[in-house]
Amino acid sequence: MNSVIKYFKDIFYGVSTLWAGMRVTGKYFVSPGQIVTQKYPENRATLKMADRFKGEIIMPHDDNNQHRCTGCGICEMNCPNGSIEVLTNRVPNEDGKVVRVIDKHVYHLSMCTFCGLCVKTCPSDALAFGQKFEHAVFDRHKLTKILNREGSSLKKEVKS
Amino acid sequence: MSEEIIKDVIIGESDDYIINMGPQHPSTHGVLRLEVCLQGETVKYLIPHVGYIHRGIEKMCEASSYPQIIHLTDRMDYLSAHMNNEAVCLCVENAMQVEVPERVKYIRTILDELNRIASHQLWWCAFGMDLGALTTFFYGLRDRELILDIFEESFGSRLLHSFNTPGGLMHDIHPNFQKRVKDFITYFRKKLPEYDQLLTGNVIFQQRAKGVGLMSKEKAIAYGVTGPSGRGSGFSCDLRKHAPYSAYDKVQFNEILYNEGDTFARYKVRMDEMWESMNIIEQLIDNIPDDGFTAKMKPIIKLPAGEYFQRVETARGEFAVYIVSDGNKTPYRIKFRSPNFSNLFVMNELASGGKIADLIAISGSLDLVIPDIDR
Repeated sequence: MNSVIKYFKDIFYGVSTLWAGMRVTGKYFVSPGQIVTQKYPENRATLKMADRFKGEIIMPHDDNNQHRCTGCGICEMNCPNGSIEVLTNRVPNEDGKVVRVIDKHVYHLSMCTFCGLCVKTCPSDALAFGQKFEHAVFDRHKLTKILNREGSSLKKEVKS
Repeated sequence: MSEEIIKDVIIGESDDYIINMGPQHPSTHGVLRLEVCLQGETVKYLIPHVGYIHRGIEKMCEASSYPQIIHLTDRMDYLSAHMNNEAVCLCVENAMQVEVPERVKYIRTILDELNRIASHQLWWCAFGMDLGALTTFFYGLRDRELILDIFEESFGSRLLHSFNTPGGLMHDIHPNFQKRVKDFITYFRKKLPEYDQLLTGNVIFQQRAKGVGLMSKEKAIAYGVTGPSGRGSGFSCDLRKHAPYSAYDKVQFNEILYNEGDTFARYKVRMDEMWESMNIIEQLIDNIPDDGFTAKMKPIIKLPAGEYFQRVETARGEFAVYIVSDGNKTPYRIKFRSPNFSNLFVMNELASGGKIADLIAISGSLDLVIPDIDR
């Protein structure tokens, strides 16, 4: 007799525990409250990433097409996986002194792990993190970027 | 004599039915191959094969300077990335005898606990899904998303945030950080009982978890099973209590211990740890001192020649760093003791004699992260 009672008790206990779980899902089914899913490809126009978001590395230029990079190569030295190459030229300035001028700041996005050491260690704050995160391309050579723009020059106030 | 030894070493017989679980199997959470010997549906023994995602991180560290090592430790146990970072940073700071500001200690502790909650949430999602409850996956990820948003705002990345650096932090926390963490805790205190209603009390889940994969305390100690898996067997191994680092000596919390040693006990330890983590954060979040986010360090860090050791408690157990330095800017040798490697090899003992469906429950309850095993 006891085993029969236990049998039915177990059934009712099992159904009641399942009911407890179903109540939670049922509650959200009837009253979802707020929608937590991001409508990602549709909300591209309004989507704003966090200010510090590490999307890619960029070199900010001002309106006169001037940047702050002196070509010292500290970012290249600190990069753990060789995703930065700084190519420099030696040219004479107005005073006749030969100074180092940046030729190309090559950035391999495909190798970058976004550790942030280049941005942190740059002595003249020439590098920053960009917000762009849609990096998919069909040809991986497109992921090698040159950060300084065509015809750009060093800002006057930055000492090289 | 030699033949006898060989006979002992070969466990299987020629007519054993051997099946490979993995390397691409959804419930191993990564590329882990388990060679399972079956007798009908019963597991006779299993042999874990590791190395499918070996990247040679320890060797790579020998060619990297100390700040560069940090971002590699992210990629071992990616679900508790912050604790791995902290282990290396503490080791370097101890070796150089640098005293980091109080603010750094507080922030590191808060982030440790936030990361632990996020890790346990993902474990809860995946564990429910392993046992056939898909609903848990959505509910857990919904709440984990809020922590990841806090991380994204402060460090710029969601999972692999190399936020620690020897001597302090990369940059200060975001001004919104404290408010958002407090909002999250009030929100999550309401949502955590839902987890219990959904899964803990469920009769199907209880039947599959209770009494499955029994691990005695002696076995846990013998195999070096630490973290929540070890504490489910009554092995008191919480380093936050026994060897406090950062600000853990300033907070009051309980070490969660269960003595049953089955899958359900390991489940309960993690669920209770989420409550304790929230308690720890609440004690610290309002009292963050304001004395700078980094100590003064030399631009090129060179450790004095010698051997250094530091261990921390990650979401999965005891993570330790052992550095041998010869005085250069790169370590001579670095060794990581990862919790998952020890936790994996106890699986043969737990799963032998059980059913193959129990093997899924056991591997889920050990909470394995495969890149941490292979390094």
